[in-house]
Amino acid sequence: MQERLEERLHGLLTQFEGQNGAVIPLLQKVQETFGYLPRETIAQVAKFFKVSESEIFGVATFYAQFRFTRPGDHAIKVCLGTACHVRGGTQIMGTIERELEVKSGGTTKDYKFGLDRVACFGSCALAPVLVIDDKVYGRLTTSKVKEIIAKYQ
Amino acid sequence: MTQTKTFEDIRREAKAEWEALEHSQKPRIFVGTATCGMAAGAEEVLRAIEKELTQRGIEAIITQVGCIGLCYSEPMVDIVRPGQARVSYGSVTPEMVPRLIEEHLVNGNPCSDLALGTLGDGQAGDIPSLFELPVLKPQVRIVLRHCGLIDPENIRHYIANGGYSGLAKALQMTPDEVIGEMKKSGLRGRGGAGFPTGQKWDFCRKSPGREKYIICNADEGDPGAFMNRSLLEGDPHSVLEGMIIGAYAMGASEGYLYCRAEYPLALKRLRIAMGQMEQYGLLGDGILGSGFGFHLKIKEGAGAFVCGEETALMASIEGKRGMPRSRPPFPAVSGLWSKPTNINNVETWANAAAIFQNGADWYAGYGVEGNRGTKTFSLVGKVERTGLIEVTLGITLGEIINSIGGGIVGGKAFKAVQTGGPSGGCLSSDFLNSPVDYESLTKAGSIMGSGGMIVLDEDTCVVDLARYFLTFVQNESCGKCVPCRVGTRQMLRILERITEGEGKPDDIEELQRLAETARDGSLCALGSTAPNPVLTTLRYFRKEYEAHINEKRCPARACQKLVSCYILPDKCEGCGICIKTCPVEAIAGGKRMIHVIDQTKCTRCGACIDVCPPRFSAIVKVSGEKIEVPEEPIPVVPKKKQEKRSEGE
Repeated sequence: MQERLEERLHGLLTQFEGQNGAVIPLLQKVQETFGYLPRETIAQVAKFFKVSESEIFGVATFYAQFRFTRPGDHAIKVCLGTACHVRGGTQIMGTIERELEVKSGGTTKDYKFGLDRVACFGSCALAPVLVIDDKVYGRLTTSKVKEIIAKYQ
Repeated sequence: MTQTKTFEDIRREAKAEWEALEHSQKPRIFVGTATCGMAAGAEEVLRAIEKELTQRGIEAIITQVGCIGLCYSEPMVDIVRPGQARVSYGSVTPEMVPRLIEEHLVNGNPCSDLALGTLGDGQAGDIPSLFELPVLKPQVRIVLRHCGLIDPENIRHYIANGGYSGLAKALQMTPDEVIGEMKKSGLRGRGGAGFPTGQKWDFCRKSPGREKYIICNADEGDPGAFMNRSLLEGDPHSVLEGMIIGAYAMGASEGYLYCRAEYPLALKRLRIAMGQMEQYGLLGDGILGSGFGFHLKIKEGAGAFVCGEETALMASIEGKRGMPRSRPPFPAVSGLWSKPTNINNVETWANAAAIFQNGADWYAGYGVEGNRGTKTFSLVGKVERTGLIEVTLGITLGEIINSIGGGIVGGKAFKAVQTGGPSGGCLSSDFLNSPVDYESLTKAGSIMGSGGMIVLDEDTCVVDLARYFLTFVQNESCGKCVPCRVGTRQMLRILERITEGEGKPDDIEELQRLAETARDGSLCALGSTAPNPVLTTLRYFRKEYEAHINEKRCPARACQKLVSCYILPDKCEGCGICIKTCPVEAIAGGKRMIHVIDQTKCTRCGACIDVCPPRFSAIVKVSGEKIEVPEEPIPVVPKKKQEKRSEGE
């Protein structure tokens, strides 16, 4: 397992050899590959760029996209942009939190779902909106949400 | 491969392909598959169309197009029979597809009951022209001219409709002439600040240094805004053409397009577009056979609102934490990697392409003195017709909301319109006759911003909305300077208290003081404009703050801690739907028993109100008043007896 992680990481690192400002794109690639940024990868990335680990952590923690714990199989992202807020996005979030017994930012015990809030998907005309993996669901109601979640269970 | 071809050759080829499509003997179907169309179910509709065509053995050309802006009627499908008018259908479901194919495509009878309107030349019975509808008639489409009409993944569609002719023209001019033309157009930065674009280009051009950069800011972070997403998904080439014109004028050979990672489809279409540009010699070395070369890279944002600020965005491209720095030096002097840099918004670049395609005088013919051209807005919230719109500057807010937007959903009362995202403000009905231009909006305490326009009705609490925006900016504050980092947190604390019914009499004064400190003392626009939602709501809706603080009452009945839900005993028929729906089992009662809400368990989510059958409408939400209800469920009094009883009184 450990060897495979290093091998895969090495493959990613070599793609970014000699590039300016490649820290964020590389971290994005690492996250795309592993689903999150495992602790060991940060150290490797720091070594690759010849900077301290804390510097890489500083960058990674600054951006909302990066996560440091294992995500769920399905990523549920509830939009709480302005349009979703005035059209009841908070109630949508509340329903999912109750249904899956997980708080925003967390993962269900069986790692089936991860739940996050997002500031805006730009599908405001269909508010309230949520995204599961890459599929966008719009014009939601609390009962519609339950049906959608059930499809993934 | 085709680099030896001249632009004229390319254009001739593209036009031939477009003409062949327009005059094709096969029927054509257009499906809007931008993100908003997909969210409304365009994919299922597309599959149903394909299945129906296969089953019937019909050969048709299906084109996936971007969003025409009528998001309220997504998914949209257009059908064209050879030689006949193109008819647009709205709110299409997979179940409607067989009928549309049978009646319109096969029998040639457009379904006028389902049609929105016709597009282009030709008539179809009594179906009106789409652009004559109240939602589109007041609009002027310059930036969005191709959205929903061409295939965004086919560069030849763009070229056949005038695309890249602006670049071809610009390359025949000297860079100074290009900048002169830009100044003449009167275009101002569409990212929100409204700085004259020509002047900004001039600064960068005159800045000494051989290496220069240009950047397209597509980090559209304002919640409630999606103009840039829609444009990048529907017509990416218009943005890219503008960038190359700018790069030529300023002498930049490298550029970046910084786009949010939350926009996967926009990113995909940009990458396809750039690949096609390289094939046609429109990107890379020696563009269109000239001596000018330009290389472009895409950078995906990683989820930080502050990166929309130009100096933060550049720090992010350099791979650092996206924190703003003080200006001067301005990016035109020392920007990315400390080189002279120009940074413009997506819409500004797209406007540049249109200006060179049609001329600066043509562009300056739109809008009003000092505010030339058009602006796109995402019109959302409690308005009937939500969508992406483009209007000439100088139009009034009322025209946008009532004519284009069709007024408030469900005939409720208009309360306010929020423009400019978290940096903007809430304007009351007093401003419905105000023109939409940079100066008027600023004077009213809001800003033009990038184009979010969120309409609020009587059910939206402005104090809660101010709290919402403060939560957002407090979360997104990078933490570098104290007035923003600490000021927003303190303001948020006060607002949370007020919305929870714990407000104190001197809170308003305290908010005002904090807001002014954050406004005057913050380093970047995120901090200095963060108090705007608070300041404008205090200015126009002070009474609502006072009701929350002094009477512990939310007039809009939106703040959960200040409202209660009751089931009216004389209206409840004991049907049990609300009992089943309540997520926290707070409703007691059996069949034909008047239901009662346990106030200690109720979370005021309102789910019961949504499901109570409209013929009963037995559940109400109140704030600051108590309604007499039975303590425990009691049998429903049959309606007849109720009537008799009231007659006897």
